[in-house]
Amino acid sequence: MTRDQAAPEAGPERFREGDRVRVRDDYPNGHFRTPVYARGKVGIVTRRFGAFGNPETLAYGLKGPKKHVYEVRFRQADIWPDYKGSPRDSVDIDLMDNWLEKA
Amino acid sequence: MRGPHDVGGLEEGPVDTTTHELAFWEKQIDGLRGVIGAKGIVVSHENRRAVEQLGHDAYERLAYYERWTATLQRQMIEKGYLTQDEIDARVAQVRQRLAETGELELSPEEDAKCGKAPT
Amino acid sequence: MTQDPRNHPHDHAHAHDHDHDHAHDHAHSPPQPDDKVHSYYQILGVALKELLIEKGVVSAQEVRAAIEARDMITPANGAKVVARAWVDPAFRAKLRADANAAVAELGFPMPTTRLVALENDETTHHVVVCTLCSCYPRELLGLPPSWYKSRAYRARIVREPRAVLAEFGADVPEEVEVRVHDSTADLRYLVVPRRPEGTGALDEAALAALVTRDAMIGVAPARAP
Repeated sequence: MTRDQAAPEAGPERFREGDRVRVRDDYPNGHFRTPVYARGKVGIVTRRFGAFGNPETLAYGLKGPKKHVYEVRFRQADIWPDYKGSPRDSVDIDLMDNWLEKA
Repeated sequence: MRGPHDVGGLEEGPVDTTTHELAFWEKQIDGLRGVIGAKGIVVSHENRRAVEQLGHDAYERLAYYERWTATLQRQMIEKGYLTQDEIDARVAQVRQRLAETGELELSPEEDAKCGKAPT
Repeated sequence: MTQDPRNHPHDHAHAHDHDHDHAHDHAHSPPQPDDKVHSYYQILGVALKELLIEKGVVSAQEVRAAIEARDMITPANGAKVVARAWVDPAFRAKLRADANAAVAELGFPMPTTRLVALENDETTHHVVVCTLCSCYPRELLGLPPSWYKSRAYRARIVREPRAVLAEFGADVPEEVEVRVHDSTADLRYLVVPRRPEGTGALDEAALAALVTRDAMIGVAPARAP
């Protein structure tokens, strides 16, 4: 990658609305937009937002391929075992394709 | 590793819901950074990385716009727009000027960071 | 910033710039009685600005104009969007389908981020946070309040949203789902609060006056008329 290279398009979307996905339980060194509290957790894809510039490379002044972003809905009780509130309560997180795997 | 910025779910006390209008110096930094961003000199993702890389100690100690000032300094050096020497010299000059106009009211610790104006 | 008494939120580092006024609204905390410089970082900020202007990287005019432009954006922008959505079903449909196009129609383009409108109803209450930094729909709401950027809000709203909402005075009934949105990507969120009861006779401008910044973040309902 070079600083001047135009960002190529992302490949096809790997997930669709309704898919159960697990967030990678991974702790690499760098700039990532996947909060630690979501890592390793399972949720449902609720919206596809299309492809966006990749913050993991843009943070270092590099373009690189775009990444698909999804809204993933997690039940609060699945993230926090001691969650106090309605069992229906949820948290939606915008996550990139490369952080998700089929669950 | 959890970065200093990645605070979702951590134990914290009550949210202080009072609001505060930005001080003049905070607006200056916000405006300066806005112009630098609009010119494409730095992108927001670089800004976020720079703030994260302040490390836990500085991230937690500094106020919001202090973080942005600290990272702007680092970015301008890394990208070759400014040098540390010229920044240090200018900080000392500004400190001197403010001291002469009576606008300076620094604690000894803060003052120690400013260096001395070259004579 | 409200979060830390060690910070110096009310300093007015005007240094040698005198092209500003001091019209600050300190409704909640009185201004310091002076315009002194208390922090090294204030001095560093002045030094960086001077050097970048001297080198022609930015101009004083550009910085001034950027501050002025930011100052002119207030939550009234977002309130206009919400009030229009309350009175105009076609606009509401457009806001749902393509929020960027809908708000651009009202004069609020958002060129660099994707906007999503979150409509509160009898089954769902939405609330927005950016746990990793301070992402916020600035074009519609202006600069975020200090609590939105605070560690306490960012840490707790994703884990105990009902307790945090209660601190803001918003008690959400158990049967209503609380849905937190963590803005972790290039998406920005505007909460469309429920239209208050008894507002059938109000016109759009009167309705907009009921839509507060906090309601559009999702920590409060719209005001009652």
